[in-house]
Amino acid sequence: MSTVRNLLAREVRAGQELPSLQIDVTATTIVLGAIASRDWRPMHHDKAFAIERNGVKDIFVNTPNFQAWFERYLTDWTGPKGRLGRMSFKMKKSVFPGDRMAFSGRVTGVSTDAVGCHWVDVAVAVSVAGEITTEGRAKLALPADEADNPWARKGPRWIP
Amino acid sequence: MAPEAAGDLPPAVRTLIGMPQYEERSEFPIEIGYVYNTCAATGNGNPLYWDERLAQELAGGRIAPPTMLSVWMRPHYWAPGAPGERKALKAHFDLKDLCGLPEAVVVSNEAVFGEPVCMGDVLTTHQVVRSVGELKQTKLGVGRFWVIDVETRNQQGAWVGTETYSFLGYRRPEPQP
Repeated sequence: MSTVRNLLAREVRAGQELPSLQIDVTATTIVLGAIASRDWRPMHHDKAFAIERNGVKDIFVNTPNFQAWFERYLTDWTGPKGRLGRMSFKMKKSVFPGDRMAFSGRVTGVSTDAVGCHWVDVAVAVSVAGEITTEGRAKLALPADEADNPWARKGPRWIP
Repeated sequence: MAPEAAGDLPPAVRTLIGMPQYEERSEFPIEIGYVYNTCAATGNGNPLYWDERLAQELAGGRIAPPTMLSVWMRPHYWAPGAPGERKALKAHFDLKDLCGLPEAVVVSNEAVFGEPVCMGDVLTTHQVVRSVGELKQTKLGVGRFWVIDVETRNQQGAWVGTETYSFLGYRRPEPQP
């Protein structure tokens, strides 16, 4: 545990930028994500279907896999004590093989709720070639100090 | 969210709005193999999902990443005796059929996460159509926007999360001669 770095709520300020993350997307990236999320729909593994039925140029990243990518991006930043409370996003354009996904994030707010849980609100986005393809918002609980642990919150002490 | 229905909806669609449907149980107890699949697919090295001791210390045992909430309820592509292809989010496919809109895309997605999902948990969900909009011209074709909630609980009845999906169901324009 001593070697694991955890971001503390007091280290975060509104306006703070998250470190960027770049991912080169291949057909394998898309198929791995679709299968891991048990999404068997053909537009995420069958290029001919994607072109003929969806009218797009290739297979594309599926929605549940974007959630998983955003979670990885956010918890890379927070460390394992960062606990997701809420996440929403909108897909503006699909992400295809050959694209480089650039993840970015900015803290939009910090707060403490009625039961003493410390929250950060983050605006997140994925861009390809400088154009936003997916953007969203997340709300994460962070520990107040080294002894605090948001995962220990249960029932009425967890208000996401 | 108050149920909303456009004035031009078929009656069969109107009756679905606000009604809990398709209560379903996960097909297998939650297991670590799928957690590894998801972490590997996204390069997620969070030690909470790889280090059993840390998981015990922070969460009282192995847990799944919260964003895997919807993963557990998707059926396998095939199962013995199941007729045809098996589809998740049946309420969505019902709306496509009832509205006569053969294509659909997810427009947005929101998830709220409750109790952590633990290894061995058995989850139960139900689906609720929250709203269906009026027929309109979109960039993809003529279609409707609709919103479906999926609420999930564990075997103790504790709320583990709710996902809200917004879809556009549409019909592609006829090719010009």
